[in-house]
Amino acid sequence: MEKAKTSISIEEIKHLAWLARLELTEDEKKLYTRQLNKILEYFNMLSELNTENIPPTYHLTGKVNVFREDEPKPSLDVNEVLMNAPRKRKQFFECAKIV
Amino acid sequence: MKLYWLSAKEIRDKILAREVKAEEVLSEVFERIEDVEGKINAFITLCREEAFKKAKEVDSKIANGEKVGILAGIPLAIKDNISTKGIKTTCGSKMLYNYVPPYNATVVEKLLAEDAIIIGKTNMDEFAMGTTTETSYFGPTRNPWDISTVPGGSSGGSAAAVASGEAFLALGSDTGGSIRCPASFCGVVGLKPTYGLVSRYGLIAYANSFEQIGPIARNVYDCALLLSVIAGWDWRDSTSIQVENIDYTSKLSSKIGEVKVGIVREMVSEGVDEAVLKNFYNYVSKLENLNIPCEEVSIPTIKYVVPVYYLIAMSEASSNLARFDGVRYGYSLNIEGETLDWDKFYSKTRGSGFGAEVKRRIILGTYALSAGYYDKFFLKSLKALTLIRKGFDEAFKKFDILISPTMPIPPFKLGEKIDDPLSLYLCDIDTIPANLTGIPAVSIPCGFYHNLPIGVQIMAPQLKEDLVLKFAVLSEDIIGLKNLKPNI
Repeated sequence: MEKAKTSISIEEIKHLAWLARLELTEDEKKLYTRQLNKILEYFNMLSELNTENIPPTYHLTGKVNVFREDEPKPSLDVNEVLMNAPRKRKQFFECAKIV
Repeated sequence: MKLYWLSAKEIRDKILAREVKAEEVLSEVFERIEDVEGKINAFITLCREEAFKKAKEVDSKIANGEKVGILAGIPLAIKDNISTKGIKTTCGSKMLYNYVPPYNATVVEKLLAEDAIIIGKTNMDEFAMGTTTETSYFGPTRNPWDISTVPGGSSGGSAAAVASGEAFLALGSDTGGSIRCPASFCGVVGLKPTYGLVSRYGLIAYANSFEQIGPIARNVYDCALLLSVIAGWDWRDSTSIQVENIDYTSKLSSKIGEVKVGIVREMVSEGVDEAVLKNFYNYVSKLENLNIPCEEVSIPTIKYVVPVYYLIAMSEASSNLARFDGVRYGYSLNIEGETLDWDKFYSKTRGSGFGAEVKRRIILGTYALSAGYYDKFFLKSLKALTLIRKGFDEAFKKFDILISPTMPIPPFKLGEKIDDPLSLYLCDIDTIPANLTGIPAVSIPCGFYHNLPIGVQIMAPQLKEDLVLKFAVLSEDIIGLKNLKPNI
């Protein structure tokens, strides 16, 4: 079995925060590095469990695909959809520049 | 006795018999809330106006001899991650502090159709991530048995509201124990149904492959009553199961017949508090006095349930919570006069909108799903899940019912564990297995430790809610603890 890697560096935390689009303060980065290392050290016990040839479980009640007729039904009114928008213009959400 | 201490069934029957009006019951409940809420903080939002409107409607239906629903006039609370049309639904987070859903969750539609009175939205750990209700943006909920103690979580507000007489019934949600843990800590009954029995449509997702909405009440009958209303197939939740609608209350009084009870060894061995064990075995001896055989059964893979659950749940959370972008609803960064690019705006909004535990889980979930770690953590967990399920299947070949303490430790003080996330995760070891296997599990009170409630957990195979509840009623009778009233 592959040797368990148990440590995660502050650089990795920074990278993960970027992947998750989650801005962290310097204090948070330090705190999470410490806490996540402790948690991962415990979670690493999983590597001792032999799962060779064991299929993964993707769904608890064994459902596969669920289809229904593609019949149009009423959907939410545009004003209701925009009701919670922090910023909007006419019937559009307004957001920061993406490209 | 005050009306608010009656059971849900008793209060409904009184309303139906015109001994009391729904409006009078509601007034008394709101008085009770005014008296104790300052100490408990069970609610994030109260909906007094809507509640009185509905109560008057129920009263006039009854006065006119019209048909009313089976929850007619019962004041009921709803966890704040379940969508209520026109009523703020915050998930206990700054991220949704002002969010008002434009639609009702299926369970809410069902409650209203049965003439229940929704009195408010209950406090919870932020996005249901927690075991204490301390991570709420709206401040912690306190245990009605001792306000220096946590009520459990994440549905701590729902359990505390029911326990303190602020509501007759409540809905919670349970992803890794979030109904059963607070039920145990607050001395009430809480059931996590079979995965797919209750529609999750309108439940704001944390880890959708494990979570279920379920009932919290002061006795097993009331719990069965509420389950009967919310259970059932829903086309809007493709994971919901096609089952007949069942009135679970009608099954409670029938004879239980011969049952074989297994005590899960891994849930009564190392790490379990002595007071918890003492209460648990006291219950076991009462079962044996009724000639119900109880035998130990070992499911060794239980050792791995904490990492398996957290790795999968955090992975799902990291993906599910990506939707909170500050554009469509909820909290958003103030960008007045600034020009931020999208990534900055999105990162800053999320960095300042989510609390510490949510961020921790998003980061760890992102890690478990990222290249190089996916096989080692996420996929490995899904494979371990297969083995854990197999272990329970084997146990259920020999036993009809499995029992264990609900929580390995008695309720603890606010602030005692919150700085050590791993110590909190480990508290979920007895509740997680029912989520990983999709089986029903209920927690009922089984004793006290220094005036703090201790719960016992009853589990059965998928869709055996009737058996779980029947066994819970029998247990409630022999334990002799129901409709408990904390001195608050």
